[in-house]
Amino acid sequence: MSTRTAYDTGLEKFNRTHRVVDVIFHLIFIVLALICVIPVVVVLSISFSSEDSIRETGYHILPTVLSGDAYAYIAKQGTTILRALGVSVLVTVIGTVLGVLLTASMGYVISRPNYKLKGFLTWIVFIPMVFNGGLVSSYFINTNLLGLKDSIWALILPLAVSSFNVIICKTFFKSTIPDGLIESAEIDGASQLRIFFSIVLPISLPVIATIGLFLCFAYWNDWFQSMLYIDNQNLYSLQALLNSLMSNVDALAKNAASMGVSYAVLVATMPKESARMAVAILIVLPVACAYPFFQKYFISGLTVGAVKG
Amino acid sequence: MSLKAEQSHKRKRLRPRWHKQDTELTLLALPTTIWYILFCFLPMFGIIIAFKNFRISGGFLSNVFNSPWIGFKNFEFLFKSNDAWIIIRNTIGYNLIFIVLGIVLPVLFAIMVGLLHSRKASKIYQTMMFLPYFLSWVVVSAVGWAFLSFDKGIVNQMLVSMGSDPVNWYMEPKYWPFFLILLNVWKGLGYGMIIYLATITSIDSTYYEAAVIDGASIWQQTRFITLPMLKLVIVMMFILAVGRIFYTDFGLFYQVTRDSNSLFNVSTTIDVMVYKQLKTATVGMASAAAFVQSVLGCATILIANWIVRKIDPESAMM
Repeated sequence: MSTRTAYDTGLEKFNRTHRVVDVIFHLIFIVLALICVIPVVVVLSISFSSEDSIRETGYHILPTVLSGDAYAYIAKQGTTILRALGVSVLVTVIGTVLGVLLTASMGYVISRPNYKLKGFLTWIVFIPMVFNGGLVSSYFINTNLLGLKDSIWALILPLAVSSFNVIICKTFFKSTIPDGLIESAEIDGASQLRIFFSIVLPISLPVIATIGLFLCFAYWNDWFQSMLYIDNQNLYSLQALLNSLMSNVDALAKNAASMGVSYAVLVATMPKESARMAVAILIVLPVACAYPFFQKYFISGLTVGAVKG
Repeated sequence: MSLKAEQSHKRKRLRPRWHKQDTELTLLALPTTIWYILFCFLPMFGIIIAFKNFRISGGFLSNVFNSPWIGFKNFEFLFKSNDAWIIIRNTIGYNLIFIVLGIVLPVLFAIMVGLLHSRKASKIYQTMMFLPYFLSWVVVSAVGWAFLSFDKGIVNQMLVSMGSDPVNWYMEPKYWPFFLILLNVWKGLGYGMIIYLATITSIDSTYYEAAVIDGASIWQQTRFITLPMLKLVIVMMFILAVGRIFYTDFGLFYQVTRDSNSLFNVSTTIDVMVYKQLKTATVGMASAAAFVQSVLGCATILIANWIVRKIDPESAMM
């Protein structure tokens, strides 16, 4: 990958930007990196601010009065939030597994050189990359014909496959799995299904991990499907919940009110502003903690996609 | 992606007849094929509702067959409305700016980060700058609210503490073209940088060694080695971006502006308009707009690719 890493060899050491230029570059990147990270810090600090301090002095980059009220509220009364967390996790897990299987199986099939329908299926995968039916007809087909309105499958199925991912898989299978391996399995009488599950998938972990990561982040971060297809609040994901809280912060009190405390009391006492940002943190935290470790797989996937398959 | 090569490969088939393995492979591909038919190809045929007086109630298929043909009426409504030109201007205008900035800035910073002496620092900057890519627009909208809210926002507090009047940001269209462009750059910069940097690090180091021996400066090495080696990726990203010139990031224009009516003139793009019409159940104009978007989108990607193939066949996608 990195052939310019040998910085300490004589030539590289000699061929460097001037020290002053390097310092300027560092300053530029420090500013850019901070601009990219500070917004998340702000959300985190609002979620840890006390409700009174927000009401009196507004939002701050660092909390003026520290408080864990928002998280205590979520732990005790946040049924709405915990249910949304459950929906998000469920959709992400099912979607990722289903998506990986659908993508890898198609990628494998169109990577087999002697398969009779290969040309046809390649076109099936290729055409949607340049032409699509658009939002209106997709919406009507998903709601009226497939009956996905207010169903958890509306959050899962439309995002499961992308032609881009199928092509990444196909390229990987074609370039890394030796034909001899599959042919010898065929001669031994293994069915294609068996070959796919017990030979191809286990030796293709790098590409499976990459596609799985793409899907995982896509499902976790999706809010558009919820906006289109989900009206039932019990099926709200964290993203959809945050989306509705952005326009109406009192919505958090609705479900909790049914548990004995009156709605008016709850609206008056619950930490609304900080709880809203705490929901944002519930969304961001897993992603922010995970991506630095998976960056490598992401980059390999993105660059495979950017190079001709 | 290289269909030509595959087709030529297809001609030299080894096994002439349908084989048991073909059946098994077909079965293996069946679930995904069904998915493609349901979620990609049915909507492609559903696009004809743009030419129909489509009603929302009842089953989809019976509606498609029974609703009367009205020719280009929906398109007339669309293009005669005053908003049509604002929407088209916004869609294409923002996209042109995004395409230029989305190539120039990531390439520039990728080259700069590659020149840093400390590899460790370069890795840390890259990771930090990649973060916005993983935030959903709903979260970005919450972040924006924390900064721009009228009574609690951080920006207004700063303005007040400096003695100025607070600004009602979500009511003032004049600031938003700048905000939207800034946010788009902010979210995509780390991602773009990493793609270009991956290409830069894969350049054979002997090119640079030879250049140094010939006395080339860092600037000359960048100009005559790095940039030419990046050309292929830049062209690929350009084609992809141009092919999506009629599509915009719905989240940026709808979520971040909090769907504020005051910002209509600067924030409504085709996608926003289609979504809003869909939610108010007036399908005619929305389906016409979606049709225009799909057909022109397809045409632009094919034309962009055709032009690139004329200039430089190596860089073309298809």
